[in-house]
Amino acid sequence: MAEYQGIVHTRSREIMSAWYDRLAVAAANNTPSAYLMISGNCVEILRSFDIEPAFPEVNALQLAIRKQSLPLILKAEEMGYSSDNCAYVKADAGYTFDEHGGPSEGKVPIPKLIVCNFVGCNVYIKWFEHCAAFLDVPLVMIDVPFLRTDDRPTAGDLKYVVSQLQRLIQTCEKLTGKKFDIDKLREICAYSARAGRGWARAKALCKNIPTPFDAYFDSINMMGPINVLRGTKDAADFFDAAVKEYEELVAAKQGVIPNEKFRVVIEGPPPYPFYRQFRDLFSAWGAVAVQSTYSTVGGIWEWGFEHDPKHPLESIAELMLVQNLCNRSLLQRYAQIKRYVEEWKADALVIHSVKSCRLFSAGQGDMRDYFSNQLGVPTLLVESDLEDPRYYAQAMMKNRIDAFFESLEHRKLLRKADAK
Amino acid sequence: MAAASPVARAREIVAAGLPEAIKRHKTPTIGLFPVYSPFELYHAAGVMPLGLIGAGSSIDIVHADARFQSFVCSIAKTTLELGLQKKLTAMEGAIFHSICDVARNLASVFKRNFPDMHIDYIHLAQNGAGEAAEDYLVSEYRRVLAGVEARMKVKVTDDQIRASIRAYNRPRALMRKLYEMRRNEPERASSSEVFALVRAGTYMSPGDHAQMLEGAMQEFAGRKNKRMDRIRVIVEGAFCEQPPPGLVDVLEAAGCYLVDDDFVAGWRWFLDDVSETGDPVRALAKAYLERSRCSSTRHDPDKPRHKELVKRVRATGAQAVIFMPAKFCEPALFDYVLFRRELEKENIPHIMIEFEEKMWTFERTRGEIETFVESLLFD
Repeated sequence: MAEYQGIVHTRSREIMSAWYDRLAVAAANNTPSAYLMISGNCVEILRSFDIEPAFPEVNALQLAIRKQSLPLILKAEEMGYSSDNCAYVKADAGYTFDEHGGPSEGKVPIPKLIVCNFVGCNVYIKWFEHCAAFLDVPLVMIDVPFLRTDDRPTAGDLKYVVSQLQRLIQTCEKLTGKKFDIDKLREICAYSARAGRGWARAKALCKNIPTPFDAYFDSINMMGPINVLRGTKDAADFFDAAVKEYEELVAAKQGVIPNEKFRVVIEGPPPYPFYRQFRDLFSAWGAVAVQSTYSTVGGIWEWGFEHDPKHPLESIAELMLVQNLCNRSLLQRYAQIKRYVEEWKADALVIHSVKSCRLFSAGQGDMRDYFSNQLGVPTLLVESDLEDPRYYAQAMMKNRIDAFFESLEHRKLLRKADAK
Repeated sequence: MAAASPVARAREIVAAGLPEAIKRHKTPTIGLFPVYSPFELYHAAGVMPLGLIGAGSSIDIVHADARFQSFVCSIAKTTLELGLQKKLTAMEGAIFHSICDVARNLASVFKRNFPDMHIDYIHLAQNGAGEAAEDYLVSEYRRVLAGVEARMKVKVTDDQIRASIRAYNRPRALMRKLYEMRRNEPERASSSEVFALVRAGTYMSPGDHAQMLEGAMQEFAGRKNKRMDRIRVIVEGAFCEQPPPGLVDVLEAAGCYLVDDDFVAGWRWFLDDVSETGDPVRALAKAYLERSRCSSTRHDPDKPRHKELVKRVRATGAQAVIFMPAKFCEPALFDYVLFRRELEKENIPHIMIEFEEKMWTFERTRGEIETFVESLLFD
């Protein structure tokens, strides 16, 4: 099947590999590194102390996409994790918490610090508590109040988060023996802002017909740089290059697939162990994702947010509290998807419901009801998992997706006939 | 007709469930999803807080399965079903809390499906004691209070909140006494009696509940039951979805004295009385941060839950721990890993049995527990 394999793909690989290399160096030299989570993170603060961030989630993702997750999930289940627990956690636990209490292959360092910025996802509290207990590493909890008052945090929320970031800074000072340098943080935030602008621009280009990249399947090439490498010059440059390339594709009217027939918004994380197979089921119908909610788990830049070098801590708090999908309510997600469907001119909504992640999935039946019955947006709900291959059934998935696009095609034909 | 004893009355109230409780109360009511909520804030505004804790086998799932998937806990579905079957229409609203990912999404689903209800979501601090957490929680409680005031068109004074703190301190203190009695003389009242008395409180005013508890304690004090050859256990994991009473009976019948448990944990949240003087909202926040029980729904940097469980085993003289998480309950299921690890380090026996509020046959569980008990008694 056709897919985009341009400079974005190769450059993303290069800069992400360089990060892995830095982690390996940190592991070998015992230099400071810290665990952090992807969603709404405060990587800029760690970076200002030259603490290399490591992400258990990225480890879980890599294990799944390389089809290595199942034995590790089973190992974790032997340790007492339930078959109903999030498999992202289990794969990482099976890999990291071996009987010697350390990462199995020495490629990822044992962190000096575990920073839990759990934004909305309560499972992360458990995950990072377990990391701290098994690896015997101090844990810093950044308690980020869930966004529950329309679209703005309360004054109390903002004050609370900023005060915890200040405490994190003190912890980092003690850990590294370095004095906090606000100017360095401002410079890092300026790189974050440039990367965020680029990412937002790239996504906006998907409003074009045909869309220059698949905003679900190809977004993974940009989610690493924006969430893991944010605050570096490499990441900022990467997004400048990505935008340039996508603008050229748009000018040439070259889409990511040769014959774009259906534009969809996809909600929910992908089934990483079957990434390619799942993608092919859409490409076969000429269907392309023009927007996705999963690409906003780390942050939502498309509505204009950017880090503010003049107010670095406040803008980091803003990302954590407001500008990421995980810390927003299900109803705010409905509004986000509605806007995607309208502004990105989508024909349908596809909900991929994963058992592991209740943050995403619990209540998606209500979402289907809202879009399908209240708004009249054709909506497909399919189920599997993002990590555990046991929950993915290719034949059933194909049947459901084929039936959906068949009916969508029929609908389009009827609409055309009506128009005549 | 009035029931014969406080326990029988408690069982009646539990069996009748939330819809009956809403009808029984003459004042406006508000539903509280587990685990803990600052009850006093609603009570002071003239709204009776009632437990919105699922509906067990008293309701058939007709609509909620289409909203929540098969891998979501039963309590989320039966709670939603109560609403979809219009059994909550007489309630002013419902409050949800930052206990898990399902609860937070359920709050949204409630908001969309029941636009006439006052729906709020409380983010309870996860960062333990400290000035910043306390200030935050005070601001959060004030926000929640303002929402209830607006709904009820009232202005609540600090004196009214202090009066409500006094009202709730009473049944909480009595429940602490009840559990103390269970620890010292478990033969005086069965676990299912204690469970019924505690559970009934979620459908009662604090005054009526206190009166019922006092009556029950009096009755228990007069009993002269013989102590049986049973093992002393702590039951851990049923802090949100509640087990069917039959399951609690079975645990005891299979040879256990439940010397501590976390049933209906939110309604007996505090280790001692909440201060009845000074700023009452700050007193509630302080009590939450400094004087509340350990829970799988809360991170406490100073008191890791697995260490606290071992301390509790020692303090109660328990011989074993029964982990009893609700099916699909992520907070409880995750905690099991560290609990198990810690108990094994300390050579404390344990067993895990999952339950669902709708379960109605207990023979398998009985067999498992009996075998476990025998392995300890005849070791």
